[in-house]
Amino acid sequence: MNVTLLRSQSEQDEKTQMTHMEKEFVYKTTDLNLWYGSTHALKNVNLDLYENEVTAIIGPSGCGKSTYIKTLNRMIEMVPGVKTSGEIQYRGRNILDKSYGVEDLRTQVGMVFQKPNPFPKSIYENIAYGPKIHGIKNKKVLDEIVEKSLRGAAIWDEVKDRLKENAYGLSGGQQQRLCIARCLAIEPDVILMDEPTSALDPISTLKVEELIQELKKDFSIIIVTHNMQQAARISDRTAFFLSGEVVEYRDTTTIFSNPTDKRTEDYISGRFG
Amino acid sequence: MPRGNQKEYSVQQMITEKRLKKKNHFNFEKLIPGLLLLTAVLSVLTTIGIVFTLIFETFIFFDRVSIIEFFTNKKWYPFSATDASFGIMPLVVGTLKVTGIAAVVAVPIGLATAIYLSEYASEKARRIIKPILEVLAGIPTIVYGFFALTFVTPILKQLIPSLETFNALSPGIVVGIMITPMVASLSEDAMSSVPRSIREGAFALGATKLETTIKVILPAAVSGITASVVLALSRAIGETMIVSVAGGSTPNASFDVTSSIQTMTAYIVQVSTGDAGYQTTIYYSIYAVGMTLFLFTLFMNLFAQFITRKFKEEY
Repeated sequence: MNVTLLRSQSEQDEKTQMTHMEKEFVYKTTDLNLWYGSTHALKNVNLDLYENEVTAIIGPSGCGKSTYIKTLNRMIEMVPGVKTSGEIQYRGRNILDKSYGVEDLRTQVGMVFQKPNPFPKSIYENIAYGPKIHGIKNKKVLDEIVEKSLRGAAIWDEVKDRLKENAYGLSGGQQQRLCIARCLAIEPDVILMDEPTSALDPISTLKVEELIQELKKDFSIIIVTHNMQQAARISDRTAFFLSGEVVEYRDTTTIFSNPTDKRTEDYISGRFG
Repeated sequence: MPRGNQKEYSVQQMITEKRLKKKNHFNFEKLIPGLLLLTAVLSVLTTIGIVFTLIFETFIFFDRVSIIEFFTNKKWYPFSATDASFGIMPLVVGTLKVTGIAAVVAVPIGLATAIYLSEYASEKARRIIKPILEVLAGIPTIVYGFFALTFVTPILKQLIPSLETFNALSPGIVVGIMITPMVASLSEDAMSSVPRSIREGAFALGATKLETTIKVILPAAVSGITASVVLALSRAIGETMIVSVAGGSTPNASFDVTSSIQTMTAYIVQVSTGDAGYQTTIYYSIYAVGMTLFLFTLFMNLFAQFITRKFKEEY
């Protein structure tokens, strides 16, 4: 534990130094194409995602935004008949290369889903699951990880007295923050969020949004959202997807105030989608 | 549609006509709940009737043989003319031996099959294997009995020379084969009903398929799996033909699996098909044995229900 703490501390220093210089890429996507059977779902996507930023991916339903984010941790492989071409470099290595172990990738890149999906276990076991499968067995260390992760996801105070209770007793918003905590427990580098607030009420949504702001200090976050106001509120950069293509990708303030492409303008002004 | 058409017919008008016609007729709809209740009551009454017969005749038996002797005596010699003794222990042991062996065969194979079908098999493999399993569950048990006697026993004899022609091992294994599809199919149902999103949650943490299956899916499906095992075992306890054909008819309280046995069910078959006189003690003894068997399966089923409720997972 101490070793990991130290390591993450030094990584932290590196990260802060880097923001003063130029920001690093976590992901570099080059000419990514993806087919579901014969449906061409992603077309020549070129997208570079930055470290310690919140990148929002917006676009109407069926534009490929969820497909894209699921490609970033290769969750897309669970869909039968998916074919890809092109390259996605994560920290300099092509993850679409079959020699890249998918479990290795997913221990670095966590994911939060559209609907909260806690395991049917206790709150404690939900958080401890990740560290446990990766070989951490020491009870004291696990206790620390659980507390730290729950604090990190701003849910500790609400659940600290009921860690042994089933996670399904929590409200939807709490469940989603629990899923974020579960993700934090393995100290990932990147967190992918696939419409994490679409199943939540406005107050829970606000809490998750505040949390995302907090988390970007330590993690790089890529979030797919249906909600343009949300993208405008929480992200540093925004990519607009349409029919499987990236129409526009620039910093959030610019894309919302001064979009270059007519289609982006139409979409963000609510003319379609 | 042109406006003019409305004069030719109107849906509302047709509905009204139909409703008026209905009102004049006898209202069949009102009879339905009563009819359905009747059928439900019929099956319940039949069951109650069976249980009452069982209890009634069992009482007559215990008038002649003390209940203490029945449960504590270790000898079952009902046909002895001079020294008949009715201790059910040998029959219970016979049943337990067969059931135990069946469990050893069916639980691991059935569970492994369920895991394969639910987590690993491609859609195509599942489409082929599941129907085969269901066919296996439909084979008449007498066929399994002959399979045990004429196929499994000779093979086992090669391996264990001291094995008797009638023994507990061979029918035990075959009963296990018989209930494996049941364990597999019900456990597979339990595992498949664990939502996909929970699997995704585990994969997204970098868990392998095996880690996901063992540490997330199995615990989540534990109630269904336990219920499937208990139900399958209660079928094994009640299994009759296989043990009658291949198990022999020598009540035997030892835990040796190579010698001839008699199970509770096989004893009932022996007496019902033999020429035990009506209203003799032997005649009544099958009710007492039947009652014991009934209690066994009843408790198993209650246990299965308890487990299902107790470990019911919410998701």
